[in-house]
Order: sequence, then C-alpha cells, then structure tokens
Amino acid sequence: MWKQRVTMMEYDSGLKRSPLFSELIELFRYRDLLYLMTLTSIKRRYKRSTLGIIWSLLGPLLTMAVLTIAFSNLFRFSLINYPIYLLSGLIFWNLFTQTTQDAMNSLIWGGNLLRRIYVPRTVFSITAINTGLINLFLAFIPLAIIMLILRHPFRPALFFLPFAILLIAMFALGVGLILSTMSVFFIDVVYIYQVVISAWFYLTPIIYPRDIFPAQYVWYMNFNPLYNLLELFRVPIYLGLIPGTNTILAASLWAGISLLIGFWVFTKKADEFAYRI
Amino acid sequence: MEVQTVKPLIEIENVSVRYRVPHEKIFSLKEYAIRRLKRSISYIDFWALCEINLKVYQGELIGIIGPNGAGKSTLLKVISRVLRPTKGHIKVRGMVAPLLELGAGFDFELTGRENIFLNGTILGFKMKDIANRFDRIVDFAELKDFIDSPLRTYSTGMVARLGFAVATDVKPDILIIDEIFAVGDKEFQKKSIERIEGFKGKGTTILFVSHNLPQVQSMCKRIIWLEHGVSRAVGPAKEVIEHYLRENH
Repeated sequence: MWKQRVTMMEYDSGLKRSPLFSELIELFRYRDLLYLMTLTSIKRRYKRSTLGIIWSLLGPLLTMAVLTIAFSNLFRFSLINYPIYLLSGLIFWNLFTQTTQDAMNSLIWGGNLLRRIYVPRTVFSITAINTGLINLFLAFIPLAIIMLILRHPFRPALFFLPFAILLIAMFALGVGLILSTMSVFFIDVVYIYQVVISAWFYLTPIIYPRDIFPAQYVWYMNFNPLYNLLELFRVPIYLGLIPGTNTILAASLWAGISLLIGFWVFTKKADEFAYRI
Repeated sequence: MEVQTVKPLIEIENVSVRYRVPHEKIFSLKEYAIRRLKRSISYIDFWALCEINLKVYQGELIGIIGPNGAGKSTLLKVISRVLRPTKGHIKVRGMVAPLLELGAGFDFELTGRENIFLNGTILGFKMKDIANRFDRIVDFAELKDFIDSPLRTYSTGMVARLGFAVATDVKPDILIIDEIFAVGDKEFQKKSIERIEGFKGKGTTILFVSHNLPQVQSMCKRIIWLEHGVSRAVGPAKEVIEHYLRENH
C-alpha cells in the first residue's frame, strides 16, 4: 500500500513551475500513452485496407515516375540519376508536410478527449511526428530499390541520415506545435497552411536543382529552413557526402529554435485549449 | 476508523472559472486582426464558478447539489484537471478516477483488448500494470468471448461495462461520480455499486453529483450546494438539504 503512495500523483494548479517543464514531466509519466497512440495511429492507417502498405510504397514511386518523365525531358536538367534526386526530395517533403498537418489535425480531433479527461497536451503532436518517422522507414524501401536499379552507390555517408532525420523531426514538431496552438484559436490556420505549403514546395529545390536560382540569390535560401534541412537529408543519399558544416549548423539552429518556440508557445497556451476546442 | 486528517486530499482555494465567450463569434484571423486593431472585441464573461472553497479529506463522501447550470460539472472538471481555474488554485493528492468519462479515447476500430490498454494509459496507468490486471478487467466486464473483436461490434452496454471495468480496477484515491451511473443491465449495475461500496470501505474519497436528494442525503455526510457558480452552503448533509428544500419550494 505504501508503495502506491510513493508513486501517487499530485496536482497543484498553484505551483509556480514553468509550463514547459511541467509538460516534460507529464510526458515522461505518460510515455506509455505516447507509445500506444503511435501504435494506434499506424494501425488505423494500415488496418482497414490490405493494400495500405503497398499504396504508401507505390504513391511516391508513381509521383516520381510522372515528374521524372515530365522534367528530365522537358527541362533537360543537368542532374545525373534525377529520379534519386527527386525521390529523396519528395520523401523529405512528405515527412515534413504530413507530420505538421497531422499534428494540427490531431489536436483538433483530440479536442474531444481534452474536454473530457486530462492527458499531456503535446502527446497529439508528438504522436504525429512518431507516425511520420515510422512511415519514413517504409518510404526508404522504394528509394533503395531505385538506387539499386540505377546502380547508385550506397556510401557510408548514409550513416549521417539518422542525425538529419532527428533535426527534421525536431523542426517539424516545433512547427506542428505552433500550428496546433494557432488552429485552436483560429480554424482558418488549417486552410492557410495548405496554401503556404504549396508555395513552400516550389520555393524549395525539391523537384529542380538549386542552380536554377541565379548565383546571387542562392544565399537567400538560408532563410528557408526547409532548404538547409533538405540538403542535410539529400546530400548523403544523392551525393554520398556528409553535408557541409554551414548546412549542419544552419539546420541545427532552425531545428532548435523551432522546437523551443513551439514547445514554449504551446505549453503556455495549452491550459486554454479545453475552454476553446 | 482512522482517518488521516493531516492533509486534505483535495484543497480548493478561491477557485473561479471564467468562460469567455466572444460577443459575436469571430471565425477568421482577418476578422480578429481588424477587430483587434479597432479594439472592438467584446466578450461576455461568464463565471461558471466563483470563489469556491472546499477541503476534502480522505474517506469523505461529499455530495454536490444544485440546479442545472450551477457549476457542478465545471467543479468536477477542475478537480479532474481538465480545466485549470482562472483564479485561485487547487491541489489534488492522489489518483482520481473520473467516472463521468467512461471509456475516454475508445477507438471503435480496435479490439476490446487494444482498447483496454489505450484507455488505461489515457487514465494514466502503465502498460505493465494493465497487463497484470488484464484478466481481472475482462472478467469483471464479462467480455471474455469478445475481447478480440473490434469495439464497433459491441453493444452500448458492453462498451460501458468495459469502460467501467478499466476505470475502477484499481482502488482510486478519489472517485468522481456524476448522477446515478447506470452502466449495463441490472445485474452489472448491482456489481458496479458493490465495487464502489467496497472502495468506500477502504478509504476512497467520493465526490457525488446528483439531483436525487434523498439518495445524496443517505450516501453523503457532507454536502456542497452550488448555485450560479457560487457556493451557497457547505455542511452536514441534512442541514444543507433542508435549507435547499426550504428555498426551492
């Protein structure tokens, strides 16, 4: 009986602790929930249709095929193995957009839960990121196949990828948390973000080579966080190299800033969610 | 019976809860920005709770009465940590089992087994604990033969039984009951009331909201009477209910 007392929960709304810090403690306490919610969201995605997994493999492949046919012949890009350049870019893009959009939608969906019972509010966004990361592993399968077919070398630089993915996940989580907070107060944000995303897609060198920009403008790409994060992800795959120090620094900076601001804004406002949703 | 009265399990100090409703609902960002600049956002402040004070000790049975819209549910939400008070503060020591929200987070595509784990972790339990108690939960809910079928194939009664079984498998420190929870059929109702009576005997603190005054009076020693978010009276059950009846008839 005494043992139960020790692990007893205590809740004190008057405690002067930073909301960010309390949230981290609660997240740790609810880590099993985080695990199960991720599992559930994966199951939900693949359970209903037996073709579910196959579709998620075929989808990017088909997009890649269409874009390859369109661009490599139309514009005659000076990129060897363009399908790999393109597919790695698309995989990166899907990871970022799916996770941020999921984070936003799941909080609005989870509102039903938030009004009924207490759970740490960040679990919804973090689940979205976890799910995206698991889908990412599936997306690597078609990429590996294409790399084999085109005899693209697998270089040791690929071992750099986990770090690149970590930074991308951090950045996406931060953006997801900010978007979730905003969408609770203004549902328009969901629609605005869709527009922003499609513009962002063309502002980031995903389907075209970076050299398409005049040299004097390339520097401005540093203001696009997705540019550095994309480089971090693509260089080891496509060029087989470890990304440059500047890229690593810029990407780390963006990831850190995004995560910090995201967590700070979200946890500061999280107590109002149950009143608003 | 030894009741530990050193520290109350629930301390509510000057708790107020404000719902802030925009005068006209503002849907869009643009509209908000324009109004913000013009400083023309007007809210209707609605105080669902106003300076509530209450201390609840271990093993107490507290009744909460009052007309509709008195703030009873809001008070329960503050205690179960769903709403953070706008003013004042609250301290809760111990595990709270809110029986107002049975089966929160149930996913109807998942099986009963999967839902026991999901719902259990939402209630704050560890997966290992749930695994240890799994058979007992299934037995109590009487769902042995259906536990691996998706929840969407369950009847309403079966879902409710499962929710109750998960939420009450471990003796909670604080139990929150809204109205007469009628879960499942007659037999299951009897079983669930027995379980709650058992908790009562073992020192669980119970907060009970009901419109059924005789029932509240027979169950609870102490009562808090809420009206328009204000605490009208706190005291011995009989006195408060007599006062309440005198005023409402």
